[in-house]
Amino acid sequence: MPTTAERAPATGYLYRRHSLPVRITHWINAIALTILLMSGLQIFNAHPALYWGKSSYAGAPPWLEMGALQKADGDLVGITRVFGREFDSTGLFGASNNRAGAPVPRGFPWWTTIPDNAWLSMARSWHFFFAWILVLNGLCYIAHSVGSGHLARDLAPTGADWRGVGRSLVDHLRLRHPAGEASKRYNVLQKFAYLAVVFVLLPLLLLAGLAMSPWLGAAWPGWVDVVGGRQSARSIHFIGAWLLSGFVLIHVFEVAVTGLWNNLRSMITGRYRVGGEEGS
Amino acid sequence: MSRTFLRGDRRRFLARVAGAAGAMLLSGCNRLSQTEWFPRILGVGEKASAAAAALVTSRRSMAQEFTEADRSPQFRSNGTSNPDSPAYQALAAQGFAAYRLEVGGLVAAPASFSLAELRALPARTQITRHDCVEGWSAIAKWKGARLAAVLDAVRPTPDARYAVFHCADPMEADGSDLYYESIDLDDARHPQTILAYEMNDAALPVANGAPIRLRVERQLGYKHAKYVMRIELVASFDRIAGGRGGYWEDQGYQWFAGI
Repeated sequence: MPTTAERAPATGYLYRRHSLPVRITHWINAIALTILLMSGLQIFNAHPALYWGKSSYAGAPPWLEMGALQKADGDLVGITRVFGREFDSTGLFGASNNRAGAPVPRGFPWWTTIPDNAWLSMARSWHFFFAWILVLNGLCYIAHSVGSGHLARDLAPTGADWRGVGRSLVDHLRLRHPAGEASKRYNVLQKFAYLAVVFVLLPLLLLAGLAMSPWLGAAWPGWVDVVGGRQSARSIHFIGAWLLSGFVLIHVFEVAVTGLWNNLRSMITGRYRVGGEEGS
Repeated sequence: MSRTFLRGDRRRFLARVAGAAGAMLLSGCNRLSQTEWFPRILGVGEKASAAAAALVTSRRSMAQEFTEADRSPQFRSNGTSNPDSPAYQALAAQGFAAYRLEVGGLVAAPASFSLAELRALPARTQITRHDCVEGWSAIAKWKGARLAAVLDAVRPTPDARYAVFHCADPMEADGSDLYYESIDLDDARHPQTILAYEMNDAALPVANGAPIRLRVERQLGYKHAKYVMRIELVASFDRIAGGRGGYWEDQGYQWFAGI
């Protein structure tokens, strides 16, 4: 860690970028989503195959399947089948070493799942507990965003935003980011991404999750067909989880390239430096 | 030291912090899973889910039913596919002619039913989806005696709260640990809750639970006990086997299997 004397001279000025409710819900979200993804992969591992339709035996083979084959020499080979094409995915999907180093058949490897060993019932306990945390936290965030005006003020795209979509896209690809006063506002792609995640992707994930529940299917018989049936719901839930993970990766990348420390601090203490060394 | 070095240093530091946080999360979650107390906290999620499920459905909410065309070409046999017990094998050898379903416990009129007697009770036929906790689903047509009709015949006492299903299949190689399951009486009296003796218009195959399997359509597959030999009405399942109301529940699976 650099000492105070070594720290780059800070210029510009600090302002409060994120409100306390936004900061709290952000970090609860980060923890809940990480646990949901990892416990979800453990649940997937109990039957590492995905289908479209109402059942797993609707006639078509799974569109995604992970399996293991034992070779003549005893080696375990992981096989991943996607849309009928087969790949050797030993070590990652289908077959990988367990924590003790022994090769075992399993969908996703131990270091991606909660708990690390095959333990479906425990993963379900983690998953459903943190699903409640995510939903309650999300409702708090939306209530705050609407109530405080955060949604209308900071997230709703303006006319200028719409006109600047093309330029913003080019700027993002060139890793050129707004500096100074312009860095105090969400840019248009950022707004689109946040709105899509909060109001489209997360609700879709939740809906597909609920559609897998046999009990909730009875709340209004037939509603599960809205998402194409229970096995389609499982596929949508899986794809949605990876889209969300893709969002998080891009989000963390953007955080890193637009002033990691400044961004991190603004999501912890709320303070963001505009201009100067950290502001960029 | 140069500024760029400081920034690189800081970045490496943060990368290391992120890596350490990931490792701590993994080992922390594993350690918490092994404790007595933490899974109990996670269990709040199960209670909340059960309460929410009860809130958006009624006692009589019906599970989705499907068409003949939706039926799966094969219906997978999961868990036991042929109970490894001399008593069951002797029954099966004679086509279950000597089978009797015992119903007792907290009831006014304990009784036992032959297959013919069960077939004479009010029946229901339904094409439903079977959802395994592992993640797969299969659709089949089931016909069976309504469990409500069986309960009407034996008259549960007012303190009876659960129906426990004792099965013929041993879960251990030495013949011990017979499979069992339990549901509450609301679920037991649900119109779609049946003691199925037919699957896809034929006698229930041994692989799928002959001669009788429970169908409790709003819950996951492990609740649908196969090879049912005895039904016991109880006020609490605390003293049965592991005390959690079912073979898989005793291994940590949720008693409310509607999610």
